[in-house]
Amino acid sequence: MSEMKVLYFAWLRKKTGTGQETIHPPAEVATLGGLIDWLKTQSPGHADALADLSMVSFAVNQEYAEVEDPVKSGDEIALFPPVTGG
Amino acid sequence: MIRVQRDDFDPAAETNALIGDDHSIGGVVTFTGLVRDLADVGGDGQERINGMTLEHYPGMTEKMLARIEAEALDRWPLNASLIIHRYGDLEPGDRIVFVATASAHRQAAFEANMFLVDWLKTKAPFWKREDAETGAHWVEARSSDDEAAARWTETPSKAAE
Repeated sequence: MSEMKVLYFAWLRKKTGTGQETIHPPAEVATLGGLIDWLKTQSPGHADALADLSMVSFAVNQEYAEVEDPVKSGDEIALFPPVTGG
Repeated sequence: MIRVQRDDFDPAAETNALIGDDHSIGGVVTFTGLVRDLADVGGDGQERINGMTLEHYPGMTEKMLARIEAEALDRWPLNASLIIHRYGDLEPGDRIVFVATASAHRQAAFEANMFLVDWLKTKAPFWKREDAETGAHWVEARSSDDEAAARWTETPSKAAE
């Protein structure tokens, strides 16, 4: 079974109600975009957090990624707003 | 060198330590970012803030800062460089970030310093949450920061993503 870790930061953490979760998406989830579509079905909070992807940045295994990039079992996925450090 | 820490730092002590006894350094440029007591809100408005919380992505933060620093060392003839970024709860006036670049000549030190600040603002995974008098809110990314970072991408770069 596929197992991935998903991290949420800033307001995505507030909206989803979690900072980190271990998920078991179905085998047909092969891209970041596919994973996000599946995550949106997991709770109203997830659907709300991921409703407007122009407000969300992504990382796979701590590298910036795009929705068309592949994801696989064992990956660490992070979803967060555009960064505001410095 | 990079450091991500909750604690404050002493810019003068950090600068002296960076220079050490390397007498081939002709100039060191330092940038210290501070928490302002006014936050920009919609349009041209501003409101007073009581403090802010800086959240980050442990692991990826260090990875991105190290990559940005490596890119600067690749582009400019630097003798030494240092990036310190704080996280956690901060008050107006507190130091947030410190970037120091040392080189034989000033131009490399100035340019590399601006590059590092511009790039870390758009690539290092930090998020600011301001505690304003009208309530707390997450700071939104600014397009002006993206534009500032973009001016350094004209040269092909292995760190650009």
